[in-house]
Amino acid sequence: MGQTITEKILAAHCGRKGVDTGELITAKLDLVLGNDITAPIAIREFERIGAGCVFDPHKIALVPDHSTPAKDIESAQQVKEMREFARKYGIAHFFEVGRAGIEHTLLPDQGLVLPGDAVIGADSHTCTYGALGAFSTGVGSTDLAAAMALGECWFRVPETIKFVYHGQLNKWVGGKDLILYTIGRIGVDGALYCSMEFAGEVIDRLPMADRFTMCNMAIEAGGKNGIIAADEITLEYVRPRAKRDFKLYKSDPDAKYKQVVEFDCSQIEPQVSFPHLPENARPLSQVGVVAVDQSVIGSCTNGRIEDLRIAAQILRGRKVHPNVRLIVFPATQEIYLQALKEGLLGIFVEAGGAVSTPTCGPCLGGHMGCLAEGERAIATTNRNFVGRMGHPKSEVYLAGPAVAAASAVLGRIGGPDELESTEVERR
Amino acid sequence: MRMKGKVHKYGGNVDTDVIIPARYLNTSDPAELASHCMEDIDADFVKKVRPGDIIVAGENFGCGSSREHAPIAIKASGISCVIAKTFARIFYRNAINIGLPILQCAQAVDGISAGDEVEVDTASGEIMNLTTGKSFRAMPFPEFMQRLIAAGGLVAYAREKVERGLGAPCREG
Repeated sequence: MGQTITEKILAAHCGRKGVDTGELITAKLDLVLGNDITAPIAIREFERIGAGCVFDPHKIALVPDHSTPAKDIESAQQVKEMREFARKYGIAHFFEVGRAGIEHTLLPDQGLVLPGDAVIGADSHTCTYGALGAFSTGVGSTDLAAAMALGECWFRVPETIKFVYHGQLNKWVGGKDLILYTIGRIGVDGALYCSMEFAGEVIDRLPMADRFTMCNMAIEAGGKNGIIAADEITLEYVRPRAKRDFKLYKSDPDAKYKQVVEFDCSQIEPQVSFPHLPENARPLSQVGVVAVDQSVIGSCTNGRIEDLRIAAQILRGRKVHPNVRLIVFPATQEIYLQALKEGLLGIFVEAGGAVSTPTCGPCLGGHMGCLAEGERAIATTNRNFVGRMGHPKSEVYLAGPAVAAASAVLGRIGGPDELESTEVERR
Repeated sequence: MRMKGKVHKYGGNVDTDVIIPARYLNTSDPAELASHCMEDIDADFVKKVRPGDIIVAGENFGCGSSREHAPIAIKASGISCVIAKTFARIFYRNAINIGLPILQCAQAVDGISAGDEVEVDTASGEIMNLTTGKSFRAMPFPEFMQRLIAAGGLVAYAREKVERGLGAPCREG
């Protein structure tokens, strides 16, 4: 019987030829990750294990990105604990504010995750790296602690659901729309405990930025990981970044899938997920009139240079609606600098938007853009749960960068095409 | 282990943002976290909960963020066990790793109402609704997880491995 990419990577990391779905295995890890929310607990638990040293100081990444630059004294303490731990154990990849960014964009960009790797991170969106053809999944702090000591983690080998995307993408439709549409179809637990494998001719042509966005949100369907077979597009991204060997895996033609779901992309419009679950996806044409107070463009889901270029293309020469606050946060310092060089940041500021330093802050209602009671945001982030971006009675609508940018100008949720037609009417 | 307590019942997709909102994640102190447990879904939970009480919920309990603060807050609030139709996978791992008893049993969830008195035997998976007299049996844990639970969670399991010399060798300097 053939094997899926996920099964092959897991088998290779536990020294076996094959693994069976449902079995519990212990796999060696190529990288383990923690951030300033999850690492402090992991550090405490690590010390309780009493290992004396970490399994490999070059295979641990600690990224203070959630409450940074430190939003208050308590957060500063948490980052300090991480920093001191990194120094004590000689952790090679500790990223300080100013040389950092949002973990799930930063680590692949730094070449720290490569195709064929097995990675865990104490952050649910660790599934992002599946876009590289790696197995990566989110875990909790105690898992991180044990992994830092032992270099391994226990897994239940997941069944795989294959999602096949056919046809051509419509205008303004990207990876975010595909994944919101997919979650809308299967529900927030539609892939519970499963691997989500994305394939089909649309995926074959899809740029890396969009692939990262899709795998990033596998967790929002309950998935253990999202994964895309590495190909030429992957290699183009990976080659200049890789500092070690890596391995490409493909699912066998006779691999066993729990389910195969096929989509005709010609039917997929830009998507908007209504509060309070990512599964409440609607095509843009069926959104109706929804006024917004804030538009947030960034995060580990859509904070890449490609996302900023789309937003800038729409915002160039336009003004943010008087009733809207636009907050743009590039995912990493490198992307920030690139956006600066390309003149994108100038476009956002001239439009009347705020450009933030890289941080996870606004996405989880931590800082740098919380919502007040009754306020409503359109956001390129990944979750719209109750209170996710601030007050429990605020609302988050999820969309891609094109819709978020157009909505900032319109003052209500809408797409770039409406923007053009509105302007024609005004003339 | 046997637990007995009053039931706090919730629907499906209870996410970790409502179990413990991000605005409280600048601490990892269990008592502090417990004082805000379930705040955005049930503002009175903290006032109502008594040691030994049981949470009963629908599908995909604990979905969303990987924050271990969520099961830590639940455990520190005095909850002795969570029974759900299904659990989100990271919450499931976290609960086992930190020693918060959880049971998966759809029939029990449908057969238990808020305020019922329930007794649970986590070893056998037996769930007894003392208010109605009905009993249910949860899916047993796989053997490896039973060993993890018996060892006292993942830290104890990892410590045992390190003590047996199965950890990574520490290099000099």
